[in-house]
Amino acid sequence: MSAQGSKFDFDIAVVGSGPAGLAAAALAASKGASVVLLDEQTEPGGQIYRAVTETPVRDRKVLGPDYWHGAELLGPLRDSGAVHWPGSTVWSVARPREDGPDGERRIQIGLSRNGAAAMLTVRHVILATGALERPFPIPGWTLPGVLGAGAAQVLLKTSGLVPSGATVMAGSGPLLWLLAWQYLQAGARIDAILDTTPKQNWRAALPLLPGFLRSPYLGKGMKLMLEVRRKLTVIGNVTALRAEGGLAGEGVLKSVVYTRNGTEHRLPADTLLLHQGVVPNLNLANATGCAQRWDEQQRCWRPTTDEWGATSVEGVSLAGDGAGIGGARAAEEAGRLAALDALHRLGRIGREQRDQSAAPFRAALDRALTGRAFLDTLYTPAEAFRVPADDTIVCRCEEITAGAVREAVRLGCSGPNQAKSFLRCGMGPCQGRLCGPTVTEVIAAERGVSPAEVGYYRLRPPVKPITLAELAALPKTDADIDAVFKH
Amino acid sequence: MFRRLPEIETAAEKVSFTIDGRPAKARAGDSVAAALLANGVTACRNTPVSGAARGPYCMMGVCFDCLVTIDGTGNRQGCQVRVAPGMAVETQNGKREVER
Amino acid sequence: MTQPSRGGEYDVAVIGGGLVGSALAWGLARSGQKVAMLDEGDIAVRPSRGNFALVWVQGKGLGMPEYAGWTKQSSDDWSGFADLLREQTGLDVAYRRPGGFMPMLSEEDLQARANTMMRLHNQPDMIRYPYEVMDRETLRKELPFIGPDVVGGTYCPLDGHCNSLRLLRTLHKGIGMLGVDYRPNHRVERIEHRDGGFRMSTAGGEIRAGKIVLAAGHDSARLSPMVGLSAPVRPQRGHVIVTEKTAPFLHHPTVYVRQTDEGGVMIGDSFEETGFDTTLQPGISSAIAERAIRFFPLLGKLNVVRSWAALRVLTPDGFPIYEESKTAPGAFVATCHSGVTLAANHALTLAPLIAAGGLGDRFAPFSARRFHVPQAA
Repeated sequence: MSAQGSKFDFDIAVVGSGPAGLAAAALAASKGASVVLLDEQTEPGGQIYRAVTETPVRDRKVLGPDYWHGAELLGPLRDSGAVHWPGSTVWSVARPREDGPDGERRIQIGLSRNGAAAMLTVRHVILATGALERPFPIPGWTLPGVLGAGAAQVLLKTSGLVPSGATVMAGSGPLLWLLAWQYLQAGARIDAILDTTPKQNWRAALPLLPGFLRSPYLGKGMKLMLEVRRKLTVIGNVTALRAEGGLAGEGVLKSVVYTRNGTEHRLPADTLLLHQGVVPNLNLANATGCAQRWDEQQRCWRPTTDEWGATSVEGVSLAGDGAGIGGARAAEEAGRLAALDALHRLGRIGREQRDQSAAPFRAALDRALTGRAFLDTLYTPAEAFRVPADDTIVCRCEEITAGAVREAVRLGCSGPNQAKSFLRCGMGPCQGRLCGPTVTEVIAAERGVSPAEVGYYRLRPPVKPITLAELAALPKTDADIDAVFKH
Repeated sequence: MFRRLPEIETAAEKVSFTIDGRPAKARAGDSVAAALLANGVTACRNTPVSGAARGPYCMMGVCFDCLVTIDGTGNRQGCQVRVAPGMAVETQNGKREVER
Repeated sequence: MTQPSRGGEYDVAVIGGGLVGSALAWGLARSGQKVAMLDEGDIAVRPSRGNFALVWVQGKGLGMPEYAGWTKQSSDDWSGFADLLREQTGLDVAYRRPGGFMPMLSEEDLQARANTMMRLHNQPDMIRYPYEVMDRETLRKELPFIGPDVVGGTYCPLDGHCNSLRLLRTLHKGIGMLGVDYRPNHRVERIEHRDGGFRMSTAGGEIRAGKIVLAAGHDSARLSPMVGLSAPVRPQRGHVIVTEKTAPFLHHPTVYVRQTDEGGVMIGDSFEETGFDTTLQPGISSAIAERAIRFFPLLGKLNVVRSWAALRVLTPDGFPIYEESKTAPGAFVATCHSGVTLAANHALTLAPLIAAGGLGDRFAPFSARRFHVPQAA
């Protein structure tokens, strides 16, 4: 009996309901495929359009028009017939050992929903897992009161919360300026913005400026930045940063110390918001076995994909920032392209139809990516903030410092996996999301080789914790049980 | 420290819950982590490794720094759980206890 | 070109940087040998990064009493071994010997287990050690959290556990301090026995040594025939699960569940003949989880933070191989699937023998020749 049509079997699963996932699910379902859209959050939108259906910030000028564009993706999803399962954490994507009873290839998706685990079977999966903030390892970044700028933006979108008390923002990248602009609109207090964009980045980025100026979307960012620079205290050329707590560095954030032109300055701070760009959230793709490569320009690992988002694992594709940072508009188009390719692979549309339908999306994708190289170059974080000094914690979960990683390299660890087994860095609940990029770069710098040669953590499911009871309740074959009990 | 934008504070539907046994209020729809920050609780736990204080950092479910005990279950991600009426939220000290 | 007759750059090259290789390299260097340890890179089949960290005695050696004795000796030497490592490196490998349990879920299994233990101890030449078969109530006094399905179990006071990843790191730190030349990314492609010494072609260039020790785990199967040895090992996959850090509650290791010094609860394991595939199977993890909850129901609420599948290095009878080559004297093979339990022996007993030049009669039972005798009909 075919499992098709059962509650836990679909043609396509889309993981993540940000712009890529919303667009992919809507398009695939509108062409008749059975589609399930899975997302950890309770509402669609991903992080970029977080809480777009229910944000208490009703004054549209605060979050800005780019945010509200997200709402336009929801109608097509509703009309498409895609099944939307919010509150569903995907912890595993894997090819089972045997094909289904009907001889059909299936992919198993491990999922946790309302405290219960379940396995879905699908014929194709589109991972739209988006981005997360690049780690910003400075001394004291683990102190309460230090948050990611992205985190602060989530607080604004979901709860209408803004910092009170002395507030410092620090780092570089479009999101930092966007959040500062949003705070300006909302009337929130910002004492200073410490700009860590390296001076020499401007020189490197300048030749790419014409492309950037052609971008229909990105120019707006420039306007935001200029407005923020006009209205707020922006301190440029910051080359070192640390967050300090109370007595002997204990407790919560009290001040921010920064270095500018070789001189240290101290600002009192109740809240420090850090940001230095975003990197692909690749844990699920990595644990699924998708090959990945080091992107020198974006200085991050990205799963290897073809022009449709197909990965090295059959039946698994990627769309959006999870496959390399391109921004929300690009993600949307990449989602549509991945959906068309999935439909083609499932035999629902021919190659010609796929290619024809793709043309406008591909053109839109190219437009959305115009100028990206300028941003990538301008906002490449300074080495001091990617490869921190010895006393800085790099792995927040296990509290492993950069110095400990360097010592492991001196013992002969040539990559992050041996370092992980020696030090436990990357073994905590975050599974390396907050330390992976740093550990790779620290090892590369210490060995004097490229991060590409050093490699990245090899991850395994569950990519998000599930309880042992949930795991125990999953379906098992006789072979599974024998492998454990018959010995 | 975080505060609610004034127009939202006045319009909000309130939820009553407790933080370490003390009564607290949040806006319906807040995550537990947001509700803690809105109530001035910046540090929500001490780490099991060094005992250092930690608070919410990413607000999107990836950093696991906002772990708290919710209704008697330890190590819940505060940013991934919505605050509910009567919910008992407790800050955590070090490792989780196996029985809670 | 002139070479010392039994020479080269190193007295000994240990091939393999896992627990077996690094314990041997440590012991060889302590015995005054100039040692190179050749290893693969960051991504490799590394059972040493995936094991369960028991230092276990009970139940081992049915069919080879010499192995039971060898295991007991290592267990007895482990505490001193851990002390030596701590004195040298300042690192604590968290060895504890509180006694270990094998809980059982049916009377039938408990009886079978009791019979196995009895047969083990009735073998000729068996060096006996204390153990107990416990009923449910006796067991519950020692392990208060057992579930209603647990009918009893066996207990052995010699059993213990350690932090095996820290052991690996500590050995690597220790060999560095002893002057061992650790060479990662030096996968050995070819070994030649020439002029009384050995030349190895590796991914990182040629290495020469007077003696070699094959401690390459699965790769020893490929390397052994190059020097007239045999290591017919196969991978047997085992899934392991680990939970978040939890306040100490489980004070004894059991065969299937143990709490680490760091607080995580490790839960094993499975036995699968699936070649070198280390893809996790959710159904197998599920069966392991279900069994663990039957042993200790309160584990159900804990969050699983990681799981993995590692590949045991198994000989046909499951016992180790220790042997020196007849045709290429100075070439040794050491392979076992209990690299943690036997680490003390490898470092303190085996390595000095290799340094001194030969294994002696005691190791005859561990020769791979036992796999070559024609089957008696």
